[in-house]
Amino acid sequence: MKPSPFDYVRATNLTEALALLERHGEQAQILAGGQTLIATLNMRLSAPDWLIDITRIPGLSGITLTETHLVIGALTTHREIERSALVAQYAPLLGQAAPHIAHAAIRNSGTIGGSIAFADPAAEWPACCVALDARFVIQALSGERRVSARTFFRGLYDTDRAAHEIITAIEIPRERAPRRSVFMELARRHGDYAIVGVALLGRVDQGRLSDVAIGYVGAGATPLLAQGAMAALEGQAADADVLARAKAALAQDLDPSGDLYNSPATKRHLAAVLLERAVKQLLA
Amino acid sequence: MTARLPCPIPAHADLAPGADPTVVTRGHIGSPDPRPNARRLLQGRGTYIDDLRVPRLAHVVFLRSPHAHARILKIDSSTASRAPGVLGVFDGPAIAAICKPWVGVLAHLKGIKSAEQYPLAIERACWQGEPVVAIVAETRAQAEDARELIEVQWEVLPAITDMDASLAGDPVLHPELGDNICFERSVDTGGIDEVFAQADVVVEETFQFGRHTGVCPEGRSILADYNAAEHSLLVHHSTQAPHMIHDVLARHFDIPEAQVRVLCHDVGGAYGIKVHVYPDEICTVATSILLRRPVKFVADRMESFVSDIHAREHKATVRLAARHDGTILGIDLRDLTAIGPYSMYPRTSGIEGNQVVNLTGGPYRHQHYRAHMQAVFTNKNVTCQYRAVGHPIAVAITEGIVDLAAERLGIDPAEFRRRNLIPDDAYPYAFPSGVRFEQLSHQQCLDRLLELMDYEHLRADQAAARARGCYRGIGLAAMIEVTNPSAAFYGVGGARISSQDGATVRLEPTGALTVLCSVTEQGQGTETVFAQIAADVLGVSMERVRVITGDTAATPYGGGTWGSRGAGIGGEAVLQSARALRAQVLDAAAAILSCDKAQLDIAQDAVIDRLSGQTRLSLAELGRICYYRPDTLPAGFQSELVATRHYVPRDYAFAFTNGIQASWVEVDIETGFVQLLGHWCVEDCGTVINPLLVDEQIRGGVVQGLGAALLEECCYDDQGQMLNAHLGDYLVPMALEMPDIVCAHVQTPTRTSELGAKGAGEAGTAGAPAAVMNAINDALRPLAARVTAQPFTPERILAALGRV
Repeated sequence: MKPSPFDYVRATNLTEALALLERHGEQAQILAGGQTLIATLNMRLSAPDWLIDITRIPGLSGITLTETHLVIGALTTHREIERSALVAQYAPLLGQAAPHIAHAAIRNSGTIGGSIAFADPAAEWPACCVALDARFVIQALSGERRVSARTFFRGLYDTDRAAHEIITAIEIPRERAPRRSVFMELARRHGDYAIVGVALLGRVDQGRLSDVAIGYVGAGATPLLAQGAMAALEGQAADADVLARAKAALAQDLDPSGDLYNSPATKRHLAAVLLERAVKQLLA
Repeated sequence: MTARLPCPIPAHADLAPGADPTVVTRGHIGSPDPRPNARRLLQGRGTYIDDLRVPRLAHVVFLRSPHAHARILKIDSSTASRAPGVLGVFDGPAIAAICKPWVGVLAHLKGIKSAEQYPLAIERACWQGEPVVAIVAETRAQAEDARELIEVQWEVLPAITDMDASLAGDPVLHPELGDNICFERSVDTGGIDEVFAQADVVVEETFQFGRHTGVCPEGRSILADYNAAEHSLLVHHSTQAPHMIHDVLARHFDIPEAQVRVLCHDVGGAYGIKVHVYPDEICTVATSILLRRPVKFVADRMESFVSDIHAREHKATVRLAARHDGTILGIDLRDLTAIGPYSMYPRTSGIEGNQVVNLTGGPYRHQHYRAHMQAVFTNKNVTCQYRAVGHPIAVAITEGIVDLAAERLGIDPAEFRRRNLIPDDAYPYAFPSGVRFEQLSHQQCLDRLLELMDYEHLRADQAAARARGCYRGIGLAAMIEVTNPSAAFYGVGGARISSQDGATVRLEPTGALTVLCSVTEQGQGTETVFAQIAADVLGVSMERVRVITGDTAATPYGGGTWGSRGAGIGGEAVLQSARALRAQVLDAAAAILSCDKAQLDIAQDAVIDRLSGQTRLSLAELGRICYYRPDTLPAGFQSELVATRHYVPRDYAFAFTNGIQASWVEVDIETGFVQLLGHWCVEDCGTVINPLLVDEQIRGGVVQGLGAALLEECCYDDQGQMLNAHLGDYLVPMALEMPDIVCAHVQTPTRTSELGAKGAGEAGTAGAPAAVMNAINDALRPLAARVTAQPFTPERILAALGRV
């Protein structure tokens, strides 16, 4: 397994990387952490003419706090997020999800920006970002723009990012008091892509749920926001009837395709099981 | 220093005439000595084929059929031939011109048939992954680049992917064979219908087994170096059976046997995958001959999945008849298995089904048995012998139906087994399928297992868990296992595969020992076991024993490693050669010391006085005198400090072993996920030479069995495309999902050898899937759900529960 021949450039700053992307467009691939790209190159599933290594560009990595957002640089590794005290305080959902991403050695190289850009619906970060209502900072030579995670993911591996753009940061809204969160997924082996997973956020006041957000992993062509289930739970005490309504709403919210081992019906069943478990854990 | 256990070499009254009757306990046999080669491998200093660099080395890659069944209309390699670095592009006819085809049949498997097979497909490809074109270039990357430039015109043909459809024979895959049945076999003790008609209880079930494969850490690989000047061939090969490969290469390429050498370096796992003749490996040799250059082939992971042998695609329907008291009266079996488009060469693809017939019901004492097995051709990758050949199927069929009978009769599964397992005093014993057991220990193993796992405690835990809505289950699986195969396995069928092995032991001038053995090492610690035996017999320390295996130019001739034969057969050859050398060393010592040989013994690297234990002469001094100053020895005395002996079992076709496993699981009935809470294995491999290594073998085997039970399957669509030919989707068991695996041993040495060792390498794989299946079904019993199709995926469990 040897990759097709390609040219490799290590960009030393963002402008250089963006200029290279402008020039080579679809013929170029960005190397951020290599978690997925290196394997697909070796399997000749992707065969770019140019590989643009952005890993040494200063300023794209690290976790900081602004007045309004928790800002995670695109080149921040999964492992850094997993161990970050800021993340634990302001977006604990991410810390809960991180251990489910592959294995520690891989988490040391894979990056959140790479995961967002690749947009695998079975990956953890996209669903978390959708649930958290995060936005992505996207840079081109012509300027910078911000896109909501809830509109960024357009289809299977298809995003709002154009070929000449680079995601530079993930911005998560700061909350005065962070909501409770639960991340759960079902994978047959630790570290595998999940069959299905759920990211749940919410507040609990006297047994009633509010500000509920539910993101789903592996339940459609993109990470999904389960709006029907969110509405069913919002402002409610999660008794059996409410849970049943929320689970029933998933029928509309989710659109899983089957995989080798699980039919769409099995995935829907498992998604509902996870929702009930996640809600119960959130309330616990 | 590790604790030394007493040497368990049994003192036999029936030693060969003239044999040295003294066996002094030195303490290595029975001791958990760590593997000396582990340090080298862990430091990254192993040598695998991929590590080898030789001058003028070229690399070959293969264009493989993307179709399960297709006619090759035209191959255009004109552009590829001119691509950078390309040295040659070869199609089927070009390779066939210098290599004789083969047919994977054996005479003792009556009626087995297969078609002629060539290194590269000619005119027609019969499975997705069959090699069609070989591309040789200066580098692997160049060869892969050139491969993309080859254009093949295919005419896609209907693919046979379902075994029932294959049996129906429409179409017939190889028209010259008449039908799609590669091999079938029946056994009938007679009277089975009467037994079933009169039984108090009859249970029936159909079990299905998914195709899976052994995933070797080192892929299949070979470096062929043909020397035109002397018409000789040196092959560096990751194989289990170098002498078998040596013979195959000599015959198929018409090179005199003496001019072939097969050399194994470190072999990174094999599990039976690397004991077969693979078309791409033979083709690699052919390209070396055609190009007169050394050529290397290393299978990458994706092509491994479509070209390494698969195994275990079976569908078996079994019935069991019993009395009210639980006595098993008879078993009736029909097994259908699909083996791919060709029977594998030279061991054939008939052995697995044959073993299912031989072994089903094997631990129990019923006298009525009927079995019918058919192995049919399909357009999927070829299947052949993978670790525990046939055993996991036979054990799952047997133990699954036994549990069902116990449930129907309301008898505890452990008690049901106790009533039916062959008693330990019933040997020698002939099982109705025709196999013979020298001495087994089923009842002792069952007792030990129940004690080890604290069966009663687990049953109480299970009841308590159920009370809180948690579904846990216990599964038992008794088993018998074929080890130490004699010539009855292959030789009698005409296969040129040695069932005997040989060892040479040499005393070096420094008093060190060199052991050369025809049994090979794939990471399981075979060489350590040989060193322990030689060290014990000759009284030298382990550090002073060097073991050489895997070189047909150096070691005695033999079969290599397969069929759980390394320790039992190779070990006995080492024992006997070490004994012979020991007598020779004492002869030399007696000559040097001018004393009676009977007064001498060897211990701690020295010749000692037998009675007082005083050192008389170090082995180093003996070596110095014999090699460098033979002039000082008595006139007429010639020292011989090397001895070779061979061993092959003759009294029994196989040294059967036995054992029993238990699995303790928790099933999440909402998700169908199975958590393995614990696993136990008690087995009897006779003399345990190295408990550490035997336990490693058991645990590794169990893990492969757990993979089969829960995770591993080569998934194909109805067009014959393998859908998960990579490690992302083909799920091998990983450490985090594995339970603690507790091992214990009952030791019943075989009397067919002095060492008394039987095989242990396949026991874990044989019994683990059945234990897990029974545990899951035990957990699901209150919900009236059962699973019978491996692997037991969450979806299959949810389907059984009616939840999806």
